[in-house]
Amino acid sequence: MEKVDTSVRSEQEGIPMTDTTSNTAVLDTEFAGLETRDAHAWFGNHHALAGVSLQFPARSVTGLIGPSGCGKSTFLRLLNRMHEFIPGAAMAGEVRLHGQDIYAREVDAAAIRLKIGMVFQKPNPFPAMTIRENVLSGLKLAHIKVDDDEALMEKCLTRAGLWKEVKDRLNASGGSLSGGQQQRLCIARSLAVEPEVLLMDEPCSALDPGSTLRIEETIKELAEKITVVIVTHNMQQASRVSDYCAFFLTDGGPGYLVEADKTRKMFTNPNDSRTADYVQGKFG
Amino acid sequence: MQAVPTRPWEKEKSVRRRSTATLLLGALISCAIVLFTGFAGPDGWAVVLFTLAAVFTFVKGRKLQAKERKNAKAHLFILAAAIVAFTPWISIFISVAFKGIKGVRLNFFTSDMRTTTPDDFMNMGGAAHAIIGSFIMVLIATVITLPLGILSGVYVTEVRGRFSGVVRFVIQSMSGVPSIVAGLFVYTTFVDASGTFSALAGSFALGILMLPTVARTSEEVLKLVPDDLRSAGYALGARQWRSTLMIVLPTVRSGLITAGILGVARVIGETAPLLLTALSNTSFVFNPIKGPIGSLPMYIFGMLQIGTENSINRAWTGSFVLLLLVFGLFSLARFIAGKDKR
Amino acid sequence: MTIAPPIKREMHVVHSRGDKVFRGIVTAGALTSLVLLGMIGAFLFARGVEVFSTSGFKFLTGSNWQAGSEDGLIPNDFSIGPMLVGTVIVSIIALMFAVPMSMAGALYLEFYAPPKARRILVGLLDLAAAIPSLIFGLWGVQVFTSFGERWSYFLADRLGWFPLFSTISDNFGRSPFVAGCVLASLVIPITTSVAREVYSRTPRELVDTCYALGGTKWGAIRTVVIPFGKSGVVGGAMLGLGRALGETIAVYLLLNINFRYTFRILESEGGNVASLIATKFGEATPDELKALVAAGFVLFVLTLTVNMVASAIVTRSTKAARA
Repeated sequence: MEKVDTSVRSEQEGIPMTDTTSNTAVLDTEFAGLETRDAHAWFGNHHALAGVSLQFPARSVTGLIGPSGCGKSTFLRLLNRMHEFIPGAAMAGEVRLHGQDIYAREVDAAAIRLKIGMVFQKPNPFPAMTIRENVLSGLKLAHIKVDDDEALMEKCLTRAGLWKEVKDRLNASGGSLSGGQQQRLCIARSLAVEPEVLLMDEPCSALDPGSTLRIEETIKELAEKITVVIVTHNMQQASRVSDYCAFFLTDGGPGYLVEADKTRKMFTNPNDSRTADYVQGKFG
Repeated sequence: MQAVPTRPWEKEKSVRRRSTATLLLGALISCAIVLFTGFAGPDGWAVVLFTLAAVFTFVKGRKLQAKERKNAKAHLFILAAAIVAFTPWISIFISVAFKGIKGVRLNFFTSDMRTTTPDDFMNMGGAAHAIIGSFIMVLIATVITLPLGILSGVYVTEVRGRFSGVVRFVIQSMSGVPSIVAGLFVYTTFVDASGTFSALAGSFALGILMLPTVARTSEEVLKLVPDDLRSAGYALGARQWRSTLMIVLPTVRSGLITAGILGVARVIGETAPLLLTALSNTSFVFNPIKGPIGSLPMYIFGMLQIGTENSINRAWTGSFVLLLLVFGLFSLARFIAGKDKR
Repeated sequence: MTIAPPIKREMHVVHSRGDKVFRGIVTAGALTSLVLLGMIGAFLFARGVEVFSTSGFKFLTGSNWQAGSEDGLIPNDFSIGPMLVGTVIVSIIALMFAVPMSMAGALYLEFYAPPKARRILVGLLDLAAAIPSLIFGLWGVQVFTSFGERWSYFLADRLGWFPLFSTISDNFGRSPFVAGCVLASLVIPITTSVAREVYSRTPRELVDTCYALGGTKWGAIRTVVIPFGKSGVVGGAMLGLGRALGETIAVYLLLNINFRYTFRILESEGGNVASLIATKFGEATPDELKALVAAGFVLFVLTLTVNMVASAIVTRSTKAARA
């Protein structure tokens, strides 16, 4: 049985609890954070994700776990409207932020992406920019003017755990850092536009164990202020880093949500036997 | 419960219809403005339409945020500049097709210009001599350069001799020879020595332009053959010449044919080198070593120079045939290359 | 006891007779190509040296083209100065239009065009790059000249105070400006294809990151695509430049040769080295021919340099993209 992180967090609003009869999250209808209601996703005719209803408690880390091909990354991209860039993409259901459907007609997708940021699997700082320019690039892209961008940059780099290492070479190229440092730079870059939610798609899978641990520490610190949703293949990472977990599975058809609950419960006493099998390493 | 896929991010049909209607309205207004002011012609209309679109974008932009405004302006400018970039060659396709097809009759492909003057109507005379002349010269050029080019490619990739670097360097450099310079070279050497313009001289000039293309394409195609294939041949005890002839070359056979076709497509439209070597002729010529010979490019060039209405028509028709030939060759090359992939 | 280091043995390759014949034939073929092509370069070089040693650098800077008389009373005086300047001017005009237009065309194709339109246009673009320059010349004379004249008139009228656009005569039809526009049309398919190729290789994650940060399409293009494609586009532009420098027929049809240094691009005079050769070769005296060959050599060196720089830039950018 895995050693589970037993640090206790205080009760949060909108805790997703699984209803043992229907295997979907029982929803708090007054919920005011990020949530999905019956979300589906297609690539052309291929139904990739079916009916996911999930709430993400504020200021916590929710891990999306499950074997590969279950639609976790697709689900993540639904949350910040990146899914629609793929030709042939379609969706159904709702994704709500503060009670508002982000796919509604009058909603500005780019504005949503300022509130819901994303860090990708492969670290990808902008190669033609210095470290300073990389961190502030989000402001330039969104045409946001800040009074003191140096202070903002320092704050973001500090939150990402990178400030001490780069403060003397802010004019170096973004590509001159190591893999782990580059990924932390990408995190700092996402933080500069001050999102409420940060989505992370397997952010450590391309990194060595040392960098991975440091980023996990960063994630836990970030969750004190913002909501983090992290897709991970690594169950141990999920148990180390996340407060809540959502377990996805596929039977050859579209991916679906099996169960979502506090991490401790998911790893010690989950409601569904498939969850138990997965976290015990019996498959995946 | 069945879920229905939707695309809420796409513009609604009504919005799209409204944009198209706005565009059409803008086009009509531009027509009106052009008619009433001094702006003339399609370029005037385009400028007016662009100005209208720019004003429209700027006005709509005042309601948007800075980044959306810049995005909309950028979209407008990129679209306008792209249209300007595409117009010339689209105009050429259309001009050649519409103006050239008028003269496509049987006599165009069967007669020469021996007894007709360029100013006669299109039902007299033809360019058959020019087409045959081009064919003869391209044939000779291919016969010379295709083997040489393939051998150069084989030398560099298979034999890998001492001179490989030099050969590649010279071939690369000579691909930059301006076509007129190639013609000038043949003029001052071969034409001078043989005392006459001839198809052979023309073929030499075309060959100079063809050889680098054929050699380079052959080399690239041969490089794509994985070394495992050659190793397999050697491991079976085959000698190099057997391995190359029986394993490597058949693998790239279609690639080498493509190299030849691309070489031909490159030179079939060349005028400048022929100006100095084969000149031109109004009658059928079948003797490659004596006397000037007509060719399709020189036919077009000559007709254009004369400048009367009928001769210009002939020039367009000649261009039509030439373009069809070039496109046919390219399609053939693509078809052969595609067959290879399966 | 120390072990002696291994002695390397020489590995001989003894070719069979069949192989020797094969290798002999192949080598002969390659060397023939080498000799043929090298001969041209050597010939041009020799003639060039000959003329340069008699006329010196005046060949490049003077502005006379005088064939000497047979009795020697009038000396030969050949120089290609105005033609060189004309070559450069026409090519620069062509590139000044072609590069921004082709970048816009490439961006449109890669980022704004609907998929079906993109496929058709890209196919047509490849065909457009194969259109012989003679047909560009025909189109230039028959279709474009009226537009070119109209624009030249507009420029001379409104902006005539600017020395580049000042004019003496009223004849706008065969000017470096019109020739430059037609050359630009010729170059655009090539440079657009190269630019599109380069832009399509922009790493998807970088573009996605721009969107994820709340940027717009133009924001992504400005921040990532254009910087990424910079060197590739420059390489493509140089390829186009090489093509424009050596262009004969289109310029011959569109420009009257005039041996005078001039920067009045709207005026109907000019010329480039290639069209000089085409114009003069027919009635050239033997000495004149030598000068023409020397001019050809200069042109060859110019285009060769540009092409080499272009392929160096293109190779470097493809290597960087793969890294």
